Amino acid sequence: MTARRRPGPPVLDVDALLDDRGTEIIVCCGSGGVGKTTTSAALALRAAERGRKVVVLTIDPARRLAQSMGIEQLDNTPRPVTGVDPAAGGSLDAMMLDMKRTFDEVVEGQASPEKAKQILENPFYIALSSSFAGTQEYMAMEKLGQLHREALTDGTYDLIVVDTPPSRSALDFLDAPERLSSFLDGRLIRLLVAPARGPARLMTAGLSVVTSALGKILGGQMLRDVQTFVTALDTLFGSFRQRAEKTFALLQADGTAFVVVAAPEPDALREAAYFVDRLTDDDMPLAGLVVNRASPPARTDLSAEAAITAAERLRAGDSSSLTAGLLQLHADRVRIVEREQHLRERFAASHPQVPSAVAAAMASDVHDLEGLRAIGTSLAEQR
Amino acid sequence: MPPRYARHVSAHPDRTVDWPQVRLHVVTGKGGTGKSTVAAALALALASSGRNVLLCEVEGRQGIARMFDTDPLPYEERRITKGAPDQDGRAGQVHALHIDPESALLEYLAMYYKLGRAGKALDRFGVIDFATTVAPGVRDVLLTGKVYEAVQRPRASGRGREAITYDAVVLDAPPTGRISQFLGVNSEVAGLAKVGPIKTQADKVMALLRSAHTAVHLVTILEEMPVQETSDGIAELRSAGLPVGGVVVNLVRPQALGASALAQVHDDEVDPTAVASDLKRAQVDVDQALVTSLLDEARDHAVRRRLEDEQRDLVATEGVPIYELPRLAGGIDHGALVELAQLLRRQGMA
Ligand SMILES: Nc1ncnc2c1ncn2[C@@H]1O[C@H](COP(=O)(O)OP(=O)(O)OP(=O)(O)O)[C@@H](O)[C@H]1O
Ligand SMILES: Nc1ncnc2c1ncn2[C@@H]1O[C@H](COP(=O)(O)OP(=O)(O)O)[C@@H](O)[C@H]1O
Ligand SMILES: [Mg+2]
Ligand SMILES: [Mg+2]
Repeated sequence: MTARRRPGPPVLDVDALLDDRGTEIIVCCGSGGVGKTTTSAALALRAAERGRKVVVLTIDPARRLAQSMGIEQLDNTPRPVTGVDPAAGGSLDAMMLDMKRTFDEVVEGQASPEKAKQILENPFYIALSSSFAGTQEYMAMEKLGQLHREALTDGTYDLIVVDTPPSRSALDFLDAPERLSSFLDGRLIRLLVAPARGPARLMTAGLSVVTSALGKILGGQMLRDVQTFVTALDTLFGSFRQRAEKTFALLQADGTAFVVVAAPEPDALREAAYFVDRLTDDDMPLAGLVVNRASPPARTDLSAEAAITAAERLRAGDSSSLTAGLLQLHADRVRIVEREQHLRERFAASHPQVPSAVAAAMASDVHDLEGLRAIGTSLAEQR
Repeated sequence: MPPRYARHVSAHPDRTVDWPQVRLHVVTGKGGTGKSTVAAALALALASSGRNVLLCEVEGRQGIARMFDTDPLPYEERRITKGAPDQDGRAGQVHALHIDPESALLEYLAMYYKLGRAGKALDRFGVIDFATTVAPGVRDVLLTGKVYEAVQRPRASGRGREAITYDAVVLDAPPTGRISQFLGVNSEVAGLAKVGPIKTQADKVMALLRSAHTAVHLVTILEEMPVQETSDGIAELRSAGLPVGGVVVNLVRPQALGASALAQVHDDEVDPTAVASDLKRAQVDVDQALVTSLLDEARDHAVRRRLEDEQRDLVATEGVPIYELPRLAGGIDHGALVELAQLLRRQGMA
């Protein structure tokens, strides 16, 4: 479906992916700084202008990008983006994730008002909901689940594009929700709750070692906060896990397509390779790889060596020769492009089945619809 | 504009360096701008003239092992390479340490509580995981605490096998967005744990971090978002009372064309026939298309250089020392790190 037939590694056909009505969710993932936010916004815009009713859930857009999409204020609901071409009948809404707010809403939606208040005011909850490694990933999934349910019931959207948090590893997005929910109903938490309501026989020797050590490390007050929090949240544990499992299943469904984003750099491509392998292991539907910010190809096939030799000849006569400068720039460009090409080929050799598309590096940051459009075009027009 | 390296260059033997007092160099910056690369290059740069340097990483990524092409590092100091030689060819040693919070916590508990087998039990109950991933700040105190220990380690007394002492420690730190929290955790920890050993530890670490023996350097590239993040980061560090070091501008495009040549190229004022005859003289098989292509490529470059210059001017307004490192077309290997280290030395960062 998404791979055009041609010799060599398969090409990711972005337009076919976006036009396919069977595509309901696109998740852009990859390691930090590679352009996930940019790519997800560019894909969403292109889909909208090709006739889809799209919402894009961004996590951490650059300030100016957020401004130009009209989502700089965080209110956790999608807003229409202005400037989108409606000719094909599509539309684009966008929102920026407010992690804490989303967490608060889950609590409010699940617990009685008094209980919710008790939880929301607990210092440990405040810390957890704003700084637990993984909360952002969990809440991104939670929000995705919400948007998807809404889209199903009232038909506002037929495509959801999701950006993922700037984790150090792309895998965090898949692992973090599990970590948070298994933390929340894990053994330690159970033990901590036990004394507050439980049979004394649970106070085993093991437990007292544990609580006294925790008390020493964290201090008694904090331990009490944790216990109050856990007790208050107790009724919610089951639903936390259930919700995480549901969203996970949604990610495995046929209507979902993962787009792995990488920069043409060894680390980013290594991360991308891990992620691709993991998606395959977990039966997650992989659409392909986007190599973002590829250096522009050279415009002439003069080799780097020939250019350097010629530049040296000219500099021997005139140390400030402008032509020598031109040749040196060309050599540098050829080397970088060759290196990127080599890295991409290495990825393709180990993952021959993964379709890929390259997005050119723009001269400057991408912070408006025009820039996003240019990336979309660059992605769709693979030579 | 000539590269700014010249400003700092001073000849041997009265070479001046910008951070003579600093023993802990913390390297932060926006993700992907080159923190790890710069931290490694700085460690190499500092490890000259027989000085010992420790390079630490805390994010569990084994980036050091990858850069230096060694096996994954354990929670143990390892000598990994020789530093950059000084003018007399004398190098020092670079050691590396991979600090993970679990090991740091176990070591810490063993030190204070003689836990023995109970340590294992803690692990089994998920306490280690709990304390290091959830309790805000505790994890960071453990990580910085280990760095603190390496910086403040007493000099060897000469008796028995003792831990190495270091002339400088370089920390490849979390990105700008998390750096204040990472270093300034104390306020947070102090809020949660009002007394006790963790609090004492946090206070000691903070005293070092706020002292003249520490400098927090920021790595950036000349693009809008990273430069903005750098300036926000500097403001945040300052208001947290943490000592801001220099800005390392990384991945700078080649400066093959000087200012006037760049302007000519940018404004399409270069005479193509002159370029063609230059090329012929250099024995290149020249035609019209080649000349046009080279000029087009150079114009692309000139456009980007202009944007870089705008960002460079913004960085300059921060009023901190600035160091520049070129984008090396071949990528980063050991040789490249040594090259970057020499450039840092030449600019006075080490
Ligand atoms: N001066 C340079 N010349 C060429 N390549 C470089 C240079 N500096 C960094 N790189 C490359 O850029 C990439 C990112 O660098 P690095 O891993 O040091 O960044 P980082 O800031 O530590 O990233 P992270 O935020 O992911 O920890 C690496 O592939 C590195 O080899
Ligand atoms: N193809 C591109 N050309 C030029 N700049 C780009 C490109 N892709 C991303 N950028 C810029 O790189 C920076 C990081 O991109 P972002 O999408 O926020 O990364 P991530 O979400 O993966 O952390 C932004 O300033 C963005 O404008
Ligand atoms: Mg992002
Ligand atoms: Mg790094």
